Amino acid sequence: MPLITYREAIKQALDEEIQRDENVCIMGEEVAQYNGAYKVTEGLWAKYGDKRLIDTPISEAAFSGLAIGASMLGIRPVVEMMFMSFSYVAIDQLFNNGSFCRYMSGGLMNVPIVVRGPANGGTSVGATHSHTPENMVANHPGLKAVCPSNAYDAKGLMKAAIRDNDPVFVMENTLLYGEKWEVPDEEYIVELGVANILKEGTDLTIVSHGRCAMLSLQAAKTLEETHGISVEVVDLRSIRPLDEETILSSVRKTHRALLVEENKPFCGVDAQISHIIQLKAFDDLDAPIRRVSAIDAPNFYSKELEDWQLPNEERIIEGALKAIA
Amino acid sequence: MATTKKKTTAAAKNAGAKLKNFATAPINKSLSKDEKIDLYRMIVGIRRFEERSLRAYNQGKIGGFLHLYIGQEAVAAGIVSLMEKDDHIITAYRDHGHALAVGMSMNECMAEMYGKHTGCSKGKGGSMHFFAPDKNYWGGHGIVAGQTPLGAGLAFALKYKGSKGCAMAFLGDGAVNQGSFMETLNLASLWNIPVVFVIENNGYSMGTSLKRSSAEENLAHRADGFDMEWEVCNGHDVFEVREVANRAMIRAREEHKPFLLEIRTYRYRGHSVADANHEKYRTKEEIEEYKRTKDPVNVVKQHLLSDGTLTEELAKKIDQEKKDEAEASAKFADESPVAPRSEIQTDVYWEVDNDSEGELKGTYFFND
Ligand SMILES: Cc1ncc(C[n+]2csc(CCOP(=O)(O)OP(=O)(O)O)c2C)c(N)n1
Ligand SMILES: [Mg+2]
Repeated sequence: MPLITYREAIKQALDEEIQRDENVCIMGEEVAQYNGAYKVTEGLWAKYGDKRLIDTPISEAAFSGLAIGASMLGIRPVVEMMFMSFSYVAIDQLFNNGSFCRYMSGGLMNVPIVVRGPANGGTSVGATHSHTPENMVANHPGLKAVCPSNAYDAKGLMKAAIRDNDPVFVMENTLLYGEKWEVPDEEYIVELGVANILKEGTDLTIVSHGRCAMLSLQAAKTLEETHGISVEVVDLRSIRPLDEETILSSVRKTHRALLVEENKPFCGVDAQISHIIQLKAFDDLDAPIRRVSAIDAPNFYSKELEDWQLPNEERIIEGALKAIA
Repeated sequence: MATTKKKTTAAAKNAGAKLKNFATAPINKSLSKDEKIDLYRMIVGIRRFEERSLRAYNQGKIGGFLHLYIGQEAVAAGIVSLMEKDDHIITAYRDHGHALAVGMSMNECMAEMYGKHTGCSKGKGGSMHFFAPDKNYWGGHGIVAGQTPLGAGLAFALKYKGSKGCAMAFLGDGAVNQGSFMETLNLASLWNIPVVFVIENNGYSMGTSLKRSSAEENLAHRADGFDMEWEVCNGHDVFEVREVANRAMIRAREEHKPFLLEIRTYRYRGHSVADANHEKYRTKEEIEEYKRTKDPVNVVKQHLLSDGTLTEELAKKIDQEKKDEAEASAKFADESPVAPRSEIQTDVYWEVDNDSEGELKGTYFFND
């Protein structure tokens, strides 16, 4: 299987979907002629032209709303946020119109858009450019959120998101764009709502998503080698819909859970997951559920400090040892 | 790019000068007798419906906010009467007039306000959120100016698909100061999108007069900043609305160009029915003067009486019919059931609602 980058995998997904469906178009700042701020859309404008790759002014509210309006008439826009942080100036469009128009019309319409872009810290860009809003998205019934942790998932989830008839946010990660994974040549889809067991284990379940799932996998290997602890790593892939069953069956097997995410702890995704585990697998637990999240403050600019603020292998191992104790 | 700009209608330019008789403009002259009567029927219908919903609100039958369209009827009725098969429309929360104009029934509208299952949105939207996509009506939106990018999006889709239609996006004089609207004006002009923005300038945003909210009181002039065409007209005479809007709509359809239309109108009631103070930020005389000289129902009636289209008897009959229809809608709404509780979690996700084969993976709703 070819090894390709996370960035290339997303581009392939966009390319294939543009070809498959004439209503799919991509819009955002610098997506066309500049080839994308992070080069995710590189070459697509040259290949497909102005109709399918649309450069926008710096007006997130207007182009997000425009995409939603267009989707009501059957266009399937993929809106790139240069950073997911910038979607905050379009929150009314995305979180009111995107999520609620279907509901408030009693189901008379749907909004098949994708909002995609990097949603991560860890790059020394300060608090304004480091948001991870999957918890906010998931807090809005009507919206869906996926957080691919690797190139294979990024491609498969992106294609699923574009074909989905509801608004889907795809949270990417700039630290993953250049990383490589095996991705098959044949076409495939990764369905929303299906978690992935990255590694099987018997002593502890780590539930994670996005890049943190990869860090958790690394930590699990170290824990096994140096502490003799067998860790199962569940990569959620999709936050809403959520694969509860995979989480619960893993916890029922290992009896211990550590939840790892880059979100801030208060009302993070893992707050909900923790609730679900205690509600549905209380008797299976041998110890309190533990969490490793971003240390609860706006993102630190300085690299050394931010690297410690966000979950890293060392902090995950620390959390795992507490969960096992 | 050659453009012809800065046209204002005679009426707006020379207040006090002899009013142009818009009824004789070609777009209006071509109306059949029945079509003219239909316009009258629509304007009266909106008025009677709004009066009946006000009563229902005061009886405690309607929850939340109720923003009445009384005084502005000729705007929606006039513009919707110009809409063709591929034209689309979207507006804010003062949305009943537009809804009736596109052909939604009084029953489904009243029932929606009563929160009933028979309402146009099954009681999930309420007064501010009426929708009828089958009639090209995309709401009904509660966040000031939030609908304006959506309107541009409808027009974007029309152009993308090679359709000949245009989108009509309505907003208020207060909404023009929202960033999303200004962003959208730029986008629409930059991309040549066939959208007509219609500012229903009723002089007030809640209790704030235009003077106190906009530095440049000629709202349409903002279009200049975006290299967009604009026009201003009066909203009390349905024939004037039609004459001016028609040009904007033709231009949008034929040249794929946006247009900013400012229509000067007036609301008789408070901002919403909860706004009991509306005689504090404006005078009783101001309201009475408008009613006396510019009432949209009366103006269209006078036109049609004078050209022989209408007789007093017919006018009376239509009026009674609309009163009865509004009354019947209140009865219908009252007698309708509310939705079952199971409806709380439908219409959230298209994929869930259409998952007849049970193929969807994962949990979509999180309740204990
Ligand atoms: C973003 C936002 N801010 C404030 C409000 C509350 N609000 C509702 S209508 C309104 C006045 C708007 O006036 P205008 O645009 O002139 O429309 P009109 O009510 O006159 O039709 C205000 C302040 C809101 N709904 N949305
Ligand atoms: Mg107003």
